[in-house]
Amino acid sequence: MKNDRQRTFLLITIPILALFVCFNTIPLIRGVIYSFTNFKGFGKYDWVGLRNYVDLFSDARVGKSYLFTVKLAVVTTIVVNVLSMILALGLNSKIRAKGFFRGAYFLPNILGSLVVGYIFNYFFTYILPAVADMAGITSLSTSILSSPSKAWIGVMIVCAWQAVAMNTIIYISGLQTVPEDVYEAGGLDGATGWKQFRYLTFPLIIPFFSINMVLCVKNFLMVFDQIVALTKGGPAQSTESISYLIYNNGMSGGQFGFQSANAVVFFIVIVIISVAQMKFSGSKEEQL
Amino acid sequence: MKHTSTVGKSNRVALVLLILGLSTIAFPLYLTIVIAFKQPSEMTNSISGILSLPKTWSLNNFREAMIVTDFWHSLRNSLLISVLTVGISILIHSLMGYALGRNKAHSKFYSFVYLFIVSGMFVPFAILMMPLAKQTAELGLANWVGVIILYIVFYMPMNIMLYSGYLVNIPIALEEAARVDGASTWMTYWKIIFPIMGPMHATVAVITALAVWNDVMTPLIIMAGSGENTLPLAQLNFQSQFGTNYNLAFASYLLSLIPILIFYVICQKQILNGVTNGAVK
Repeated sequence: MKNDRQRTFLLITIPILALFVCFNTIPLIRGVIYSFTNFKGFGKYDWVGLRNYVDLFSDARVGKSYLFTVKLAVVTTIVVNVLSMILALGLNSKIRAKGFFRGAYFLPNILGSLVVGYIFNYFFTYILPAVADMAGITSLSTSILSSPSKAWIGVMIVCAWQAVAMNTIIYISGLQTVPEDVYEAGGLDGATGWKQFRYLTFPLIIPFFSINMVLCVKNFLMVFDQIVALTKGGPAQSTESISYLIYNNGMSGGQFGFQSANAVVFFIVIVIISVAQMKFSGSKEEQL
Repeated sequence: MKHTSTVGKSNRVALVLLILGLSTIAFPLYLTIVIAFKQPSEMTNSISGILSLPKTWSLNNFREAMIVTDFWHSLRNSLLISVLTVGISILIHSLMGYALGRNKAHSKFYSFVYLFIVSGMFVPFAILMMPLAKQTAELGLANWVGVIILYIVFYMPMNIMLYSGYLVNIPIALEEAARVDGASTWMTYWKIIFPIMGPMHATVAVITALAVWNDVMTPLIIMAGSGENTLPLAQLNFQSQFGTNYNLAFASYLLSLIPILIFYVICQKQILNGVTNGAVK
């Protein structure tokens, strides 16, 4: 009987594990192997040792894409978390039609980011400049997507528009875990408004804050769809995210080997950030 | 009490701000709808020309967009991929979550497999995409079948974590009782454990379905040469054909959003619960 149980578990585990290894582990290993070659994506290739990695650190375009992606991730994470925290507090207060508001505010999250990007592309290209013209704001009278210094703001707005929905829902479920008597007790001690939020509410929802941080940073570092729909990495490669650069130059630009090295570095960066975030939020939660 | 009056006032302020905030969501949708119904001749260069309501609510743009983007075919592909991915994920991931969840506490092998698969969450698609494009082509899987297989592998770490987490709440005594009655482990799973995990199936279904339905990258890499499209991929591939006919483009965007909007209106509660559970657990 016991053996039957163990055999069943093995018969379940082995094939599914094999599937996972086949389409996750093996491609990962192949990616690492390609990163030591000058493979163009087709034809013959040679081993080049660490040359791709050395080149990576002196490649201006790669450096620029890291700067852009990190800047986008940091700014969007802050913007999204501030907005969704405010929104969650509003949606969690005693208001009418709460269900309707929650449903409506979550809507952006279910829409495909590519199509959302196309819609905002039109908005930034035609609507915003026309409005700015009428209002006499000359700095906005041309499309922000065609300005190398401002295009990233467009990407940021679209990313935030969708991500706020998700983060708000998570903050709401965090706020619902705070028992009412905490506020009552705090109110007796004079904790209201900002003080109440800073010293009572926020410490109690730190676990949800860390979930949102992890979600945001990871998603924004991997940004792709929005770039395709809004800027295609332009103008002047000012909005080329790491994923977009790897896709563009690796898949069709003949840099299969070189971009594999880029992807390996990107993978290591993601792992370090994720582990650091988990360690950090883990230690924060223990203090409570 | 003074307390209640201040609460009442701040709530009214909150309500007004929430309604104002809603306009940031409603405006892009309004824009999409009015442009989708208009004719190019109605699109004068002024704001009022763009934002005013269309003169007639004609469906011609939609009819044309359906032809240009091969809408029904793309919709069929999207539905096929999403439904099969969700169905297979629920069957396979729950089974694997069960096998690992029940054994990882006392077996080194199973706890290693669990950690091995769950750490797959850290692997960005960017590093897999080039080798996978090669590998699926070599295996003859550069089509929708390959896309489904990849989805099942990509969402495995997350879903297995959810399932084996949920399993902790299901007492093992249930299975032991069935075993005493002579049922095999396999039968016990499908008869007792699988139905009990119903709420987690709903969560997994919702998060997997949303992720798959809106995904662009996987079909873009894998199905690029097959001539087939999913709904998002069709928007990308036919973008150049819209040219400057934004009315046609927006009709096509709206068409591609309608299925998920219908889904959201019908299952809003389940979707909200699902994404919350998925993220918080």
